[in-house]
Amino acid sequence: MSGTIQNRDAFLANVASSLGRERKQRVERPVWKFQPQHHVLKDASQEELVEVLRSQCRLIHAELIETSLADLPKRLAAAVNLYGGGPLSLWKDERFSGFGLDELIHKQWPAEKKEVNIWDPVLGEKNIELAEKANIGITFSDMTLAESGTVVLFSSPDKGRSVSLLPKQYIAIIPKSTIVPRITQAAEAIRGKIEGGEVVPSCINFITGPSNSADIEMNLVIGVHGPVKAAYILVNDC
Amino acid sequence: MAMKFSTEDFKERIKENIGDDFMRKAVAGAQERLHTRRLDAAEELGNWEEWRSHGEEIRQHVLENLDYYLHQLSENVASRGGHVFFAKTGEEASRYIKEVIQKKEGKKVVKSKSMVTEEIHLNACLEEAGCEVIETDLGEYILQVDDHDPPSHIVAPALHKNKEQIRDVFAQKLDYDRTSKPEELAMHAREMLRKEFLTADIGITGCNFAIAETGSVTLVTNEGNARLVSALPKTQITVMGMERIVPSFEEFEVLVSLLTRSAVGQKLTSYVTALTGPQGEGDVDGPEDFHLVIVDNGRSRILGTEFQSVLQCIRCAACVNVCPVYRHIGGHSYGSIYSGPIGAVLSPLLGGYDDFKELPYASTLCAACTDACPVKIPLHELLHKHRQVIVEKEGRAPVSEKLAMKAFGLGAASNPLYQMGSKVASTVMKPLTKNDRISKGPGPLKAWTELREFPAPEKERFRDWFTHHQKEKGDGKS
Ligand code: SF4
Repeated sequence: MSGTIQNRDAFLANVASSLGRERKQRVERPVWKFQPQHHVLKDASQEELVEVLRSQCRLIHAELIETSLADLPKRLAAAVNLYGGGPLSLWKDERFSGFGLDELIHKQWPAEKKEVNIWDPVLGEKNIELAEKANIGITFSDMTLAESGTVVLFSSPDKGRSVSLLPKQYIAIIPKSTIVPRITQAAEAIRGKIEGGEVVPSCINFITGPSNSADIEMNLVIGVHGPVKAAYILVNDC
Repeated sequence: MAMKFSTEDFKERIKENIGDDFMRKAVAGAQERLHTRRLDAAEELGNWEEWRSHGEEIRQHVLENLDYYLHQLSENVASRGGHVFFAKTGEEASRYIKEVIQKKEGKKVVKSKSMVTEEIHLNACLEEAGCEVIETDLGEYILQVDDHDPPSHIVAPALHKNKEQIRDVFAQKLDYDRTSKPEELAMHAREMLRKEFLTADIGITGCNFAIAETGSVTLVTNEGNARLVSALPKTQITVMGMERIVPSFEEFEVLVSLLTRSAVGQKLTSYVTALTGPQGEGDVDGPEDFHLVIVDNGRSRILGTEFQSVLQCIRCAACVNVCPVYRHIGGHSYGSIYSGPIGAVLSPLLGGYDDFKELPYASTLCAACTDACPVKIPLHELLHKHRQVIVEKEGRAPVSEKLAMKAFGLGAASNPLYQMGSKVASTVMKPLTKNDRISKGPGPLKAWTELREFPAPEKERFRDWFTHHQKEKGDGKS
């Protein structure tokens, strides 16, 4: 359903007249004279990008755990224990299965009396409530930016925004294959999707470590409104 | 909070603020930290000048074609089911927002940081209509709890308060009984505000950049409050100054890289969120209803004039963080929600010369601001232009530079602000110099030197001094 637009014509006519011309019907996006963004980490190998990510994680107060695909369940279980266990809030995401985590999620955690809540649109608002009382939220990273240490999350009905936001702590599983140099590549990928006819997700989050603030005497405080701790589990899937 | 928050005259404000020792130390410390972090972050990119030029060309192109991009933006917001309201004035914007809230029978409004909503007096308007309005950015929350103390910095609004003062305010107003440790204070705010997020009907956000091609609005924070404001309430209203727009995700990416580096020296802040329309089909969280309010409020009067470039601004405060005058007089002295060099240029344009004619004189024209600006706004030239306009209009300067400097509590000739900003020979300072440092000086210098021990500005200009000073201090990073 289309939304409404009010007062547009008069407003834009005034803008055009301030600029001393008629309204423009068509503007081509220019070819920019300067394009420094494409040179950052241009020829870096995947290994080099991992190294950049490692050092960036130290700056952003995100814990980085590296693992093989085979060890992922063990390492994730350990990280969850280290953060104090459940309740856990997860996306409904086939990658959990694809990365061999079914056993952990559906057998081991329940057996250990850890409450596991998987985001499910059928449950409606209940999802938000469950995420709010969760100790840890767990999602995959859809794209990972080495330069800034950022995980990019595309929302969908199965992938609620709340899972990476409301729980006290947050764990992102990063498939090594998702690492790109910087936000430039993410922007290009998003534009590529649009050109391919996809709709932009209602929410795209670029998340870089735990929430923080320097509003009190410029002292860095980790953990304000979002998660107070964040860990990245980097899985070698290449 | 209106754009103008003080009826005291300029001199009174300055006097009051210069007397505030903590404020001045806080400002100096913050300036240094932010400035160093920005330099580090910029240096890392290697070709910072090229980045700035790219930022400038994007912003200039957008302003030249603003009607086109705003049209495209509104089409794309509407096609995703969002509502767009174009507001010529602040009153129109506030009235529309109030009506939306009343239609929803909204009672509780949570807000993430937005300068433009302060500019248009939105909170007062909503409170009059019986809404409870809660600021959720930690700094803004502190100011709100402290009986609406005005902001003193566009990125760190509560910069002028120390942690003991904040503890006292919390104790008085929120029954807080823990220590003045920033962690504990922040945790208390988290607990208080989490309840508000979960029970609010309406979320109001600002907008760092809107993206025309996709109809998206983007929010840049470290605390995560803007995410909560846009994920939980059923209705979201985003308010943007009409110039805060980019063509596509590709230009957005460049400007956000410039913004976070320039504002806080981070490659990206903890959260950069791009929101497109209300919640999608089948989504559980996110607003059911989304409204975008695009505000002119005097901006179109700047377009097409010699001041147009000020609309390139991305509100990073880098210019504030290098300004020797801001450092000395603090944010409140400007009497506008926009302080520092950007405030001195923008406030008279948006708020009129009558209220803000002294501000263009709150500058030594040292050009440190222009050099720091990530989108290359020639700030010091614009300040100079303001002075010309004022002289032309009034036949004379309302305050001469000399008087303005005197108002800062300093004699003009021996004013180290000038020495830092220009390569004026520093002979007058010689007697006060020992070991190349100015120690506490008598007379007009006293107010300044008490602020901190300043290295003698000898032949160094401010930024040379800064680099030098930082090196001397060791890595000094935070
Ligand atoms: S004028 Fe430039 S430096 Fe100052 S806040 Fe705006 S963009 Fe930043």
